[in-house]
Amino acid sequence: MALNADELAEISRLARREPQPHGAAIEALRAVQRRRGWISDETLGEVAQVLGMTADELDSVATFYNLIFRRPVGRHVVLVCDSVSCWIMGCDELRGGLETRLGIAPGQTTPDGRFTLLPIVCLGACDHAPALMIDGDLHGDLDPAKLDRLLEDYR
Amino acid sequence: MRERPLTRNIRPGRPPPDLAATLRVGGYQAARRALTRMDPAAVIAEVAASGLRGRGGAGFPTGRKWSLLPKAEDRRPRVLVVNADEMEPGTFKDRLLLEGDPHQIIEGALISAFAIGAGTATIFLRAEYTLAAQALAAAIAEAEAGGWLGRDILGSGFSLELRLHVSAGRYICGEETALLSSLEGRRAIPRAKPPYPAASGLWGDPTVVNNVETIANVPHIVANGAEWFRGLARGADGGTKIYGASGRVKRPGAWELPMGTTIREIVEDHAGGMRAGYRLRGLLPGGASTDFLLAEHLDVAMDFASVEKAGSRLGTGTMIILDDRTCPVAMVHNLERFFARESCGWCTPCRDGLPWVERILAAIEAGDGQPDDLALLAWHTQALGPGRTFCAHAPGAMEPLQSGLKHFRADFERHIAEGGCPWK
Ligand SMILES: Cc1cc2nc3c(=O)[nH]c(=O)nc-3n(C[C@H](O)[C@H](O)[C@H](O)COP(=O)(O)O)c2cc1C
Ligand code: SF4
Ligand code: FES
Repeated sequence: MALNADELAEISRLARREPQPHGAAIEALRAVQRRRGWISDETLGEVAQVLGMTADELDSVATFYNLIFRRPVGRHVVLVCDSVSCWIMGCDELRGGLETRLGIAPGQTTPDGRFTLLPIVCLGACDHAPALMIDGDLHGDLDPAKLDRLLEDYR
Repeated sequence: MRERPLTRNIRPGRPPPDLAATLRVGGYQAARRALTRMDPAAVIAEVAASGLRGRGGAGFPTGRKWSLLPKAEDRRPRVLVVNADEMEPGTFKDRLLLEGDPHQIIEGALISAFAIGAGTATIFLRAEYTLAAQALAAAIAEAEAGGWLGRDILGSGFSLELRLHVSAGRYICGEETALLSSLEGRRAIPRAKPPYPAASGLWGDPTVVNNVETIANVPHIVANGAEWFRGLARGADGGTKIYGASGRVKRPGAWELPMGTTIREIVEDHAGGMRAGYRLRGLLPGGASTDFLLAEHLDVAMDFASVEKAGSRLGTGTMIILDDRTCPVAMVHNLERFFARESCGWCTPCRDGLPWVERILAAIEAGDGQPDDLALLAWHTQALGPGRTFCAHAPGAMEPLQSGLKHFRADFERHIAEGGCPWK
């Protein structure tokens, strides 16, 4: 699906703020991903064009960052912290609980397209370890028993 | 009553003070003082005299950093960057300040930008800090509308455009030159130093990068003076520090305390001691990239010099506690997996060495360790050490490994001898 007028205007606005248009690469990718969930090859090529970059150049940026998705993701993205404080406090059990309930491994999306499960580095919530984030909402002090209720909120 | 200037307006769980509430409690008065009654050199002198050292991990004296910028004859625009990337595992202090009192950061950025003559400032915020992003965006809009940002602030002739850049996630973005690459829309690859950002930073312009907590201290130094600031601390370094503790303590959290508070007070008085059934076996005093300390170090003061003397670094001041029922080998493995994954891949020792370290540790933990693995790990702590890699990422990764090998040697040896993890 081609970029719509809204998206084009937003990318151009971001690019104009920079000394060189490619300075807006990350913000432009984020802006498009916010609307589309992920960055397809087609989208990538069009964003690159607006920013005066080749698709390969922009892809080298897109693939560098943890939270730019170059493959489709589910309606809700679950980021499970696996860094040290959460590891001490049981993030392996938490992730295991998620894998069992969702029937998927990290990096996968449920067949109904509802959840994508991904590992993430320290969420800065180590005082509430183990922690995870769903669609930008932080949840802490978790254990596998709390997962059913938590996931209910994300249909 | 203990003074805690940085967190006095922060009420966890409640929305941060808006501009009106901030002004009611004296917010922006330091900015008024600096912009209307001081010249930039006087602000820098006051910050230098206060002894403020960077709170981002390396502890560089802030006043000195600011005076490294080129002389006024250099006509290039100057840039301030507030480093709010905070992705160091075990660290959650900047989030408290960003979510709890965004106007304090804006006021700090305003005074700091004035001091260094920067017309633009950017807050570089990690992607996952969504609440902080909302709080900052709202506060910046209020400050613009209230005349605290924008053109000719308070009729002083000084103008500042403050931008919020939300990252797309990668630990290396926190390294100041990688951060600048990222702000230019590139992969976050560090840059060769020199030139330091002060000489050539964002888009080649003179740039100062400071941590969130560093910037938050600036208004208080301007408002109350260098001497007051020094008096807040117990030791040689001025000010308070936001310390934190996580792991199996009774009350994990973050607290603003006098700089130089001992590890014991933080762990026992503030974090409530260890949970029932657990003993403290060791700790990383300032995040994942600091050397392990042991129970015998509990009376070490958490200031730059004391922690260094004990064999580690103050780092971010947020400590991670290793308890006696957690396998130290597995903990080091977890840390090195993080560093291997987050290597930017630019230089070979780090890109290839860290995954190797990670696999050796995984093998030891799984019971497949070989007797010479420990020598191989020790070799890596040299080969990836300071001066051998393009940036401080890999040397940072080696700190918990080298100290882990030293302090928990018997645990490593047992894994290899018994062909498995004794904790499993
Ligand atoms: C791998 C790596 C990651 C870093 N991450 C951060 C970070 O998230 N926040 C931060 O303030 N400094 C971080 N730093 C330190 C910065 O490079 C820089 O020293 C700091 O922002 C300077 O601010 P200060 O002088 O106020 O401490 C990191 C350094 C390295 C090597
Ligand atoms: S040390 Fe690691 S993170 Fe730093 S430049 Fe080299 S590869 Fe990148
Ligand atoms: S280690 Fe998981 S939030 Fe910090």
